[in-house]
Formats: sequence, structure tokens, C-alpha cells
Amino acid sequence: MAPLLRVQDLKVQFEGSGATTTAVDGISFDIEKGETVGIVGESGSGKTMTALSLLRLIPEPGKITSGRILFGERDVVHMTDEEIREFRGSDVAMIFQDPMTSLNPVLKVGFQIEEAMAAHNRFTGEQARERVVPLMQRVRIPASAQRQRDYPHQFSGGMRQRVMIAMGLSNEPALLIADEPTTALDVTVQASIIELLRVLNREMGAAVILITHNLAVVASLCTRVIVMYAGRIVEEGPTRQIFKNPQHPYTWSLLRSIPRADERVHEKLVSISGLPPDLSNPPPGCKFHPRCRFRIDRCLTEEPTLDDVGEGQSARCWVLMKNVPAAEKGAG
Amino acid sequence: MSAVAKATPEGTLEAPLLRVENVFKHFAVGAGLFGHATVHAVDGVDLTILTGETLGLVGESGCGKSTLGRVIVQLQPATSGHVFFKEVDLTRTRGEKLRRVRQQMQMIFQDPYASLNPRMAVGDIIAEPLRNFGIARGRTAEKKVQEVMRVCGLNPNFINRYPHEFSGGQRQRIGIARSLVLNPSFIVADEPVSALDVSIQAQIVNLLEDLQDRFDLTYLFIAHDLSVVNHMSDRIAVMYLGKIVEIGSTAAVRDRPLHPYTKVLQSSVPIPDPDLEAARRPILLTGEIPSPVNPPSGCRFHTRCPIAQPICTDVEPPLEMKDGGHLAACHFAGKL
Repeated sequence: MAPLLRVQDLKVQFEGSGATTTAVDGISFDIEKGETVGIVGESGSGKTMTALSLLRLIPEPGKITSGRILFGERDVVHMTDEEIREFRGSDVAMIFQDPMTSLNPVLKVGFQIEEAMAAHNRFTGEQARERVVPLMQRVRIPASAQRQRDYPHQFSGGMRQRVMIAMGLSNEPALLIADEPTTALDVTVQASIIELLRVLNREMGAAVILITHNLAVVASLCTRVIVMYAGRIVEEGPTRQIFKNPQHPYTWSLLRSIPRADERVHEKLVSISGLPPDLSNPPPGCKFHPRCRFRIDRCLTEEPTLDDVGEGQSARCWVLMKNVPAAEKGAG
Repeated sequence: MSAVAKATPEGTLEAPLLRVENVFKHFAVGAGLFGHATVHAVDGVDLTILTGETLGLVGESGCGKSTLGRVIVQLQPATSGHVFFKEVDLTRTRGEKLRRVRQQMQMIFQDPYASLNPRMAVGDIIAEPLRNFGIARGRTAEKKVQEVMRVCGLNPNFINRYPHEFSGGQRQRIGIARSLVLNPSFIVADEPVSALDVSIQAQIVNLLEDLQDRFDLTYLFIAHDLSVVNHMSDRIAVMYLGKIVEIGSTAAVRDRPLHPYTKVLQSSVPIPDPDLEAARRPILLTGEIPSPVNPPSGCRFHTRCPIAQPICTDVEPPLEMKDGGHLAACHFAGKL
């Protein structure tokens, strides 16, 4: 069966002051129907640009300079302006980190949810109006019938994010892209939003792409993980594989660099020295090599390919962690 | 001094480095329809910090943890109560004497972008406390600055560069270098890593640990993230709506949380392990955090507590010893 979404060799570049910055550098991945996939990376990894390009929302002067984004038979890259307007919000919806900036402060939230449907052709005006309260109930907003008449500022951060999710789901999209949806929220609120996304994914069957820097949230929600570094996919695979058996040194180090709430024996965190590269002037060879403790000579000159390492997992590395002796991994 | 004895960890008789006694910090907010309102940011806090330890202070936004940190280092005056540092009551000390004590306490802030003056060269930023306290200037100051830069992992040749030329992690190192230049014994670190990228957070956490060993520092480590607090702290204090609801050794708070709020917080934190995540069931809270302008009667957590009883609405539970060095403010401690 064809995947819901197929991204092929996608490249996003920014042209400016004589330099070209390659934010997303030829990435390919598939999203299956109903799947939950985490795209993880730090700032500058290209994870948000990847998400934005799926809806052709790359900010100026950024451009998709090559590649295809196939949603069924249609290529998002070549849609007309009218087609892309209809596509956004009806086939694929996106929710952002800060719900306050995405909601109109002077309109009642119920009206905004209704408007999200009016912008598309799936429901008549009357149907849209009738769907508002059930949608708000679906995202567990208490007293929805009354609260539809409130303004965004009358909602807490977590409740606003629920409103955004209700809007996102209002046209029954096949894919929901959530870009750091819980980063601005307190941990108890984060837990309830993650729980909600999990339930909605199960109930409504929409696939979810979770864009985040937080590996723990990915472990909680996603069945598959894509790890990005400097515009490239460096590792991908089933969540359990990636967490239990990471093969790329970046993934491996990242997992050991985060403190855990259940840590009982104090161990020094593994720290990744240095900084991510300047994307207008990336290093030759593997882009991670200047920060990599396990590099070999080949890494300095020749960029590794993203190769199958078994168990549905691929990694872009000449070394692979399974080939590193335990003694060498130890010294943090 | 029952507060001291109560808050001191098991078996420890040494005098604390810092003692906070019944501290309140209230803010008047705008003239509304009914006159002005009062935000009860910190509402009667007792705690002690022992020499050489890291006390983690954890809580969600608006719980008053940052305000408490600022009141402790006297960046803001307490509305009432006492802060003793090496037995000197800072709230009753003025002038030169206060300056001399203040020199030993420093603060590291969350946002390395907002807390450094963009128009000052890094060397001047780091040297500023030396000048403010009249300790060193000129060549002596420069030598001291270069020394702390080296200690903090910064290239001392960058002394004439400006903050915008540094990355977020390096800027946080600049903030840390500045806090160290006066050789303090106590540092309040307010969310020092939460604005940083994951791979950079570990660099800063490790640096803070190294500096503690090297200079015998005592930390108050303030954060919303229980994972990093668990990693950094010898003891943990949990704050909710202006009050400490639980305090104890890191192991006790992690493995035997007594207050329902601590339990809820813990259950909400995802663990980077898909197997554990499949089994974790967060205790989801209903309702919103009440306003600190008008905190609930009795136990402040009763409006959202899964095990609240009528007594919780009426009677405020005191922060009291439950087992060796482990205190909680709950009528039904350990019952959730």
C-alpha cells in the first residue's frame, strides 16, 4: 500500500548576503496512515523547516529547491496556490508551539473553530456550527458549550493548545503535524496534551508527526523516530530500536546527555563538545565529525550514506556504535 | 528555632549556610475594579541550605520559585521574614556590611541572551562585579577575569568580544564566569539550562558540577524540570503556589514522594525509555492552577488534589517531618 506521505530528496535553502544556507539537505522519508512519528533534533537541525515545507510554509527567502512531497498522487511542491490553500488545514493540519500567536485575540474561540471549517469545503456552514462543541469536547475542554463563547485570553496555555488541536482536527485531516506542541507548557499540562494526542490518534486515525527536541516526549508518543542533524537525517527507525540500540554517535550521545527523573545512581552526563555547524559553510565529510568522539579518518572527507543497519533502522555513519568497543564508550 | 531542626537533613547538626525563616513576598498589582490586588508570590517559606550541598527547588510556572531565589540573594526585599546567611540576618543588615555578605552570594539567570549587556565587551561584563565591589581593577581585574573564563571553558583571548559573538551555551558560561569572579560560596542558579539546546545542557550541567567540587560551592538550583533537578540535587524542595509542599533528600523525594502534588509532577515527567513510557500512567490534574492573588483556603492544592477531603479545604497542613529529614505539608501524606 502506498504511504500517506512520501518525501523524496527534499532540499530547503535560504539565499542571503552571498551565502546559501542549506536548512534541509536532501531528506527522504515516508509516513504511513495513522502512524506517530517523531522528528527530533536541536535548533538548526532542520526539523521545523522540514515540517513547514510539508505545507509549503517556509518563510522568505527560503525555498524548496529540489525534491518531491507526495501526498497520495499529488506533489505539494507543485500545487497551485489555490490547491495548497485547500490542502492546508483540510488534508494536513499543523499546530505550533505558542497557541496564543496562532489564535485571533479578538474572536471567540468557537467562531475560530467554525471558521477553520468554513475555509474548506468539507462541511456546510450549518454542519460546521454544529461541530464546534463536539470538537471542543473531543479535546476535553470542560464546559465546552459555554466556553465556545470565550476569547483566547480567557483560556490557559494548555486549554489554548487544546483549541488549536480542535481547529487542526476540525476538517478530519489525515495528518497532524505538531511542532513543539508542549514546549511552552508546564509539565503537568504537557502530560495531558501528550495524552490527548495519543487518544486522538487512536480515535480519529490521523497520523501524527511530532517535531521536538525532547526525546522523552518522543519515547512517550511515537512509534518511529527520525533524528536530524545539520539538515540531514542521521538515524531513523522504530522508537524502541533507536532508544535501546542507537547506532549513530549523535543519537547515542544525545540519549546519554539528558538527565532522567528516574536516575538513581549519579553518573556524569555525556556532553557533546562544540556546536552544530554553520549551515552556510558545513564541514566536509560527515557533518557531525567535528563533535564526534568516535570518528575515523574517513569521516573527515567522505560523507556517510544513510544505510540500513537492520531491524528497520538506518544510520548515516561509517563507524556505527555496535562496532565501538565498550571500553571506548565509557570515558565521557 | 524549630524550623531549623525540622528542615535539616537526618543526623546533621552542622549550622546551615543559609536559613530562610517564614519568608513572604507579596506584590501589589494594578488598580483594578476593586482597588489593588496582592499577588502572594512567596507565602511563608522555611528552608535551610547546608554548606556544600545542592538544594533543588522545583515547581511549575507561577509557583514563586524564582521570586524566592531573588529574595534569598536580596535582589528583591522580602515583605516579611528572615534570610540568614552564615547567621547574619540579611533582611536586617544594611550598607557596607550587607555588601560584604552579598559578595559571597551570586545568581545565574535563565536567559543568557537577556542577562548580558550587549554593548559591553565580555571582559567588562565579567569584571563588573569586581569594580562594583571595589575589589580589583586594571591589570589585576583582567587577570582574574581571564582565570575565571578559563575555568568556565571560555577562551580568555575573547575578552574583548561582545555577547552576540557567542553561542547560547557560551553566553551561559559568561554568566557563570561573572558569578564566580567574586569567589562566592553560594550561588542561586535560576533555570540555568532550560533555554539551551539538549546537547549544550549537559555541558553546562557538568560545568556547574565541576565548579561545585573545585570551589566548594553551595547551590540553590531552581528549575521546572524534575529530571535535571533529580540529577543535580542532594535534596529537593517542591513548591506550589508560594509554599514549599515537600522537602527531603533526592532519593526520598524520588522514591517515596509524600505530597500528592510531588507524585503528580513525577508521574507527568516523560522518561526517555519507550518501555517505561508504555507503562507510565500520568496522574492528570483537573482544573487550572489557582491565582496567587486569591489562593485557596486550607491546603492550596485541595482544588486539584485527587485525594482531597473536607479537612483540606478548612485546615492548612503544616510542613512537618514525616520520616527522617523528609517533610511534607499534607493531611494525607503518602496516601496517593
